[in-house]
Amino acid sequence: MAAITERVAIAHAQERNYRGIWAWLATVDHKKIGIMYIYAALFFMAFGGAEALLVRIQLWQPNNHLVSAETFNQLFTMHGVTMIFLVAMPILIGYINAIVPLQIGARDVAFPRMNALSLWLFVLGGIFLYTSWFMGGAPDAGWFNYVPLSGAHYSPGAGVDFYDIGLQITGIGTLMTAINFLVTILNMRAPGMRLLRMPMFTWSALITMLLILFAFPPITVNLILQMMDRLFHATFFNIPLGGNALLWQNLFWIFGHPEVYIVILPAFGIISEIIPTFSRKPLFGYESMALALSVIAFLSFMVWTHHMFADGLGPIVNSIFAITSMLIAVPTGIKIFNWLATLWGGQIRFTTANLYALAFIPLFVIGGISGVMLAMAPADLQYNDSYFVVAHFHYVLFGGTLMGALAGLYYWFPKIWGRLLNEKLGRLNFWLVFIGFNVTFFPMHILGLEGMPRRISTYAPGYGWTTPNQIATVGAFILLAGMLVLLYNLISTFMKQPDLVQDPWDARSLEWSIPSPTPEYNFAQIPLVEDRDAYWVAKREGSGELPKAEPVGPIHMPSPSLSPFFLAVTIVIAGYAALLHADWLALIALLAAFWQIGLQLVHEDHGYHVHPDVPTGGATE
Amino acid sequence: MSAQSETTRIALEHETSQELGLPKDHRILGLWIFLAGECAFFASLIGAYLGLHTGVAHGPTGAQIFDLPLTTVATLILLSSSLTVVLGVAAMQRRDVRGMQIWLWLTALLGIFFLEFQGYEFYTFYHHGLTLQTSAFGSAFYTLTGFHGLHVAFGVFWILLLLFQSLKHGINEERTTKVFIMSLYWHFVDVVWVVIFTLVYLAGKVS
Repeated sequence: MAAITERVAIAHAQERNYRGIWAWLATVDHKKIGIMYIYAALFFMAFGGAEALLVRIQLWQPNNHLVSAETFNQLFTMHGVTMIFLVAMPILIGYINAIVPLQIGARDVAFPRMNALSLWLFVLGGIFLYTSWFMGGAPDAGWFNYVPLSGAHYSPGAGVDFYDIGLQITGIGTLMTAINFLVTILNMRAPGMRLLRMPMFTWSALITMLLILFAFPPITVNLILQMMDRLFHATFFNIPLGGNALLWQNLFWIFGHPEVYIVILPAFGIISEIIPTFSRKPLFGYESMALALSVIAFLSFMVWTHHMFADGLGPIVNSIFAITSMLIAVPTGIKIFNWLATLWGGQIRFTTANLYALAFIPLFVIGGISGVMLAMAPADLQYNDSYFVVAHFHYVLFGGTLMGALAGLYYWFPKIWGRLLNEKLGRLNFWLVFIGFNVTFFPMHILGLEGMPRRISTYAPGYGWTTPNQIATVGAFILLAGMLVLLYNLISTFMKQPDLVQDPWDARSLEWSIPSPTPEYNFAQIPLVEDRDAYWVAKREGSGELPKAEPVGPIHMPSPSLSPFFLAVTIVIAGYAALLHADWLALIALLAAFWQIGLQLVHEDHGYHVHPDVPTGGATE
Repeated sequence: MSAQSETTRIALEHETSQELGLPKDHRILGLWIFLAGECAFFASLIGAYLGLHTGVAHGPTGAQIFDLPLTTVATLILLSSSLTVVLGVAAMQRRDVRGMQIWLWLTALLGIFFLEFQGYEFYTFYHHGLTLQTSAFGSAFYTLTGFHGLHVAFGVFWILLLLFQSLKHGINEERTTKVFIMSLYWHFVDVVWVVIFTLVYLAGKVS
């Protein structure tokens, strides 16, 4: 014991204490950063959802003029941009932040300050995008923002500039998240946590980060090229001066298709945690699950042209990309069968988290099958740009990603916040969302086959489109009711005392072996991992205590810092200045940003030490 | 228990971090991963250039304006800076701080020379009638080489910061890693230039 006291004595105290809101702005703790990601994603979800509701109300009846065609374009564009870039990705990155370091037995991420910078670039970039509504109009050329529609000629307002600059800002943050978590997962695993012992959610995070690493640079380049065109009159997409409109489509979908997997693979990971836990069985086909993730990631870079079948690139190109696209069904099918085999013979518990996970499987299969239908190039010419496509991607993005995200919310809520969400309200929430989702989006398949094009602000009577549209709008309000129940559940849970249950689900991975909410240093002693599902094995074959890989001692922590927040603010100022053609201010802000980056590159953080609370009996020296 | 777990810890730490043979230092691995992303970034820019370089509209073509001898000298200057940065890192590993500082100064100086050549080149091309707005070729050329130039400029800034840090506070183990990862970045920027020189200038002069 003497040695410990001595080490604590020499450990110096935290350099600076931030309080209140400053503590949140300055935090470099991956758990707090994860919480802020989740809050911000839910906040933006309210806006994206409101936009969707306005779209559905506008389409309630033929020749409706609730909103103008111009506003309608802005609504569906911002709905798509919000849900993909400001909701789906951040909520999943939030879980990855809050959970992955715990699952691999680490005390933090590799670059804690860079992690804070990623968060602030996302939050401030998202707010930047939303201020477009008050500064001359939101982006209005669709979430994939095709040229020439998005060029200065057809979109003269500042909306598309907000898109170009806002997505660059959030994109840099996402790229840094990828670097951070690749290093964290590859280098910071606890002793014995080999790659093939990692929980499947961590595997999905690893593969997702690889996708981000190679998919975000092409979109960044694309956004830069369009920004050069719009702000500095370059001619990348100006056809009379030698430009090429297909360049935008190619670079966009080289990013865009992997992006689809960036938002679905972590959901696969969440489902792969929840189903074994609530079946009390190990994940069936663990190795094939990890391999399937890797194959999906590899193939996802070889399919982008299936978004461009209607461009007329020729039968050979279309055939190749049709085949590679259909190939993705093979690893995805492996995952579906493995989940079913995990459930087979298990002691299934129908908690809200598991209900969402179980709903995920059939809904994602429907989305997958309509995906294979769309991958058939000749048939695609029929579905192209119709509501069938809208139905397809909502079944994978809502039925897949969002169901997975909500499953994860109910599952990890007690770990992250130390409180269990109400299960009765949870069930009501689930059934309303499940029914509302299908009522909203299933009729869109029929609307698409009946010929209704996507993105039209209104339609004439007599096509048989009215009834399916009205069913869809009713469904959207059932969805709204479901989400309001979730909101009520969240608020009422935050009002009550924390339960502080460490392991409410009798779960399998390392995050459940430590108290809820987790102490700032995560593990008082880093565990020694000797099995896949090590915590489960420890509970079944021993005391529930994992063997420790290190003696008790003071723990080194990184210092909190406001510099990531200020750097993000500087970058956003540069964005506004460029957009308002205040070129000198933009230049000064960019130089200031690079100056701050340079200071970070030579910065030396000595951190501080804390002494962990070790439960009595654990502190053997 | 302590002694025993200490041994297992060391044994197993060896196992996990060496499982893939990756660098143990987070910053070194992080920089390699960053460079992988940079590869995708420059691949996209170079791809855009290759797709657009025939789109000259009424402006000059690359074959008309590229000045190969000039660009070859600039290339040699930049490539020599890779040598000087290697010598700087080697001096640092010999604990020869003075030698490291001299080689880093030289590296930064060569980087600045390269940027001057590029500035001069942009100036002459501008007077030959090639601007960002002339043609898609012009847009792609200035954007690609401009982003490379910005990378060189940032590298020079990074070297100078490390240099001032070592002059003011000397060098320690943490700072040697900082210098090492800067050298990785610098080599990468040079390698990208080799690709640009080949695909833009040499191929452009041939066609």
